[in-house]
Amino acid sequence: MPEELHDVSLRVNGITREVQVPGRRLLSDALRHDLALTGTHVGCEHGVCGACTVLVDGRPVRSCLMLAVSADGTEVTTVEGLGEPDGGLGPVQQAFSECHGLQCGFCTPGFLTTITAGLRENPCPTHDEARDMIAGNLCRCTGYQNIVRAVERASELIAEGDVVGEGERA
Amino acid sequence: MKPAPFAYRRPTTLEEALAVLAESPDAKVLAGGQSLVPLLSMRLAAPALLVDINRLPDLDHVTATADGVRVGALARHADVLASAEARACQPLVALALGNVAHATIRNRGTTVGSLVHADAAAEMPVVLRLLGGSVDVASASGRRTIAADDLFLGPLESSLRPDEIALEAFFPALAPGAGVGFEEVARRHGDYAMCGVAGLVRVAGGRVVEARAGYLSVSDVPTVVDLTDSLADGVTDASLAAAGEAALADLDPQEDIHAAADYRAMLVRHLTGRVLRAAHAHATDERGEPDHA
Ligand SMILES: Cc1cc2nc3c(=O)[nH]c(=O)nc-3n(C[C@H](O)[C@H](O)[C@H](O)COP(=O)(O)OP(=O)(O)OC[C@H]3O[C@@H](n4cnc5c(N)ncnc54)[C@H](O)[C@@H]3O)c2cc1C
Ligand code: FES
Ligand code: FES
Repeated sequence: MPEELHDVSLRVNGITREVQVPGRRLLSDALRHDLALTGTHVGCEHGVCGACTVLVDGRPVRSCLMLAVSADGTEVTTVEGLGEPDGGLGPVQQAFSECHGLQCGFCTPGFLTTITAGLRENPCPTHDEARDMIAGNLCRCTGYQNIVRAVERASELIAEGDVVGEGERA
Repeated sequence: MKPAPFAYRRPTTLEEALAVLAESPDAKVLAGGQSLVPLLSMRLAAPALLVDINRLPDLDHVTATADGVRVGALARHADVLASAEARACQPLVALALGNVAHATIRNRGTTVGSLVHADAAAEMPVVLRLLGGSVDVASASGRRTIAADDLFLGPLESSLRPDEIALEAFFPALAPGAGVGFEEVARRHGDYAMCGVAGLVRVAGGRVVEARAGYLSVSDVPTVVDLTDSLADGVTDASLAAAGEAALADLDPQEDIHAAADYRAMLVRHLTGRVLRAAHAHATDERGEPDHA
């Protein structure tokens, strides 16, 4: 018996996308296979590593622990949606580049999404808060020091962005 | 690591959800999916039907009254943790929730789901049991309230029937003169603990009249031990150490891949003393907010 398919409509990085998926399709697989957004990485596929983290309605969520059909009607942001509109790097990406926050890059999409949401909630984290922000994400290469530094740098870049904004208005 | 095929329903009324469950013996309820989806992916569970309850109305509340905190089945751990009213009414809920997984998991996982999942390594089942809370459940044939003492039957086994949906959990308020504490030891903050202890101490007329502690990751089910006798003559280093020994006499820490049995026993001894000391300080200290673990 063929598997029943469900119509799912979701906004991914600001664009409405329609997919037809079986109930068991994970959101991570729907993003990667059905929508060809392979920036979202899949490591452990059981919630532990954090590589697959995306923002669902603004909150970081493990895309490997959510069914695509459950994401119907939501607003999803993947790593592909974190850049600037002109194609440049977003502030968290810029900070990772400046601080060498990545080596192989496998874990990076999950860190970038998690930190983007984390800094929205807490724009000026202390060192301990910066560590806590990424405590749910695993990286096998960097030893984390440069990622923590990147959190702090991203916080500065975002604040500087605001200052420029103020200056422009004045 | 992909789930086996299943049929999927997402009812929008409780009646519909209960009717679907009543006629589908091999169905599973899907709430936050933070425990169920891994089980599906590893094919440790392969139900014929998933009933997604995320679109049911009026289940995402976290309300605090003089009696206690009521948490709806769709309130995420993160929502419960963020509720200042809940924290003021029963501080142990937030104290323990801060140790439940990582923030990303807490954004999706539900507190009620964690109770129904009945993992002996989870924080909230033992908190519910220590506080003498309960869970309200519904099926097509009616509603009932399950007391925490009757909820946890075995490893990952609660007393809910497969056709029942848990609607709400109730955590009783902090009683006058009572204080609470919580501590756990995990390899990494946010991981399941190798041992965790929730403590409750009640003081009246300058004396400890109640001291109990709940243990996670120590036994097959969340377990509560009465330690009032150990602290009846005062809270000292010696009486706290005696409480740790008394707790161990009632527990039988097991070895698993995460920790050896005698290491767990040591954690029980140390954490019991620390948590009861903190709960006693909280009880006697004009209700200061206890330290966050
Ligand atoms: C990496 C990781 C780390 C974690 N660490 C911890 C931790 O340290 N401590 C901890 O306590 N938990 C931890 N968890 C589990 C997490 O707390 C889950 O959110 C919780 O156990 C289950 O809630 P859920 O809403 O996700 O339930 P689901 O996964 O949707 O369901 C779990 C089970 O409960 C049943 N169920 C759920 N809700 C209902 C309902 N309303 N009525 C009837 N049945 C229901 C389901 O049928 C299923 O059998 C972790 C999870 C992950 C992935
Ligand atoms: S792939 Fe989702 S958490 Fe590891
Ligand atoms: S950079 Fe390789 S896993 Fe993090």
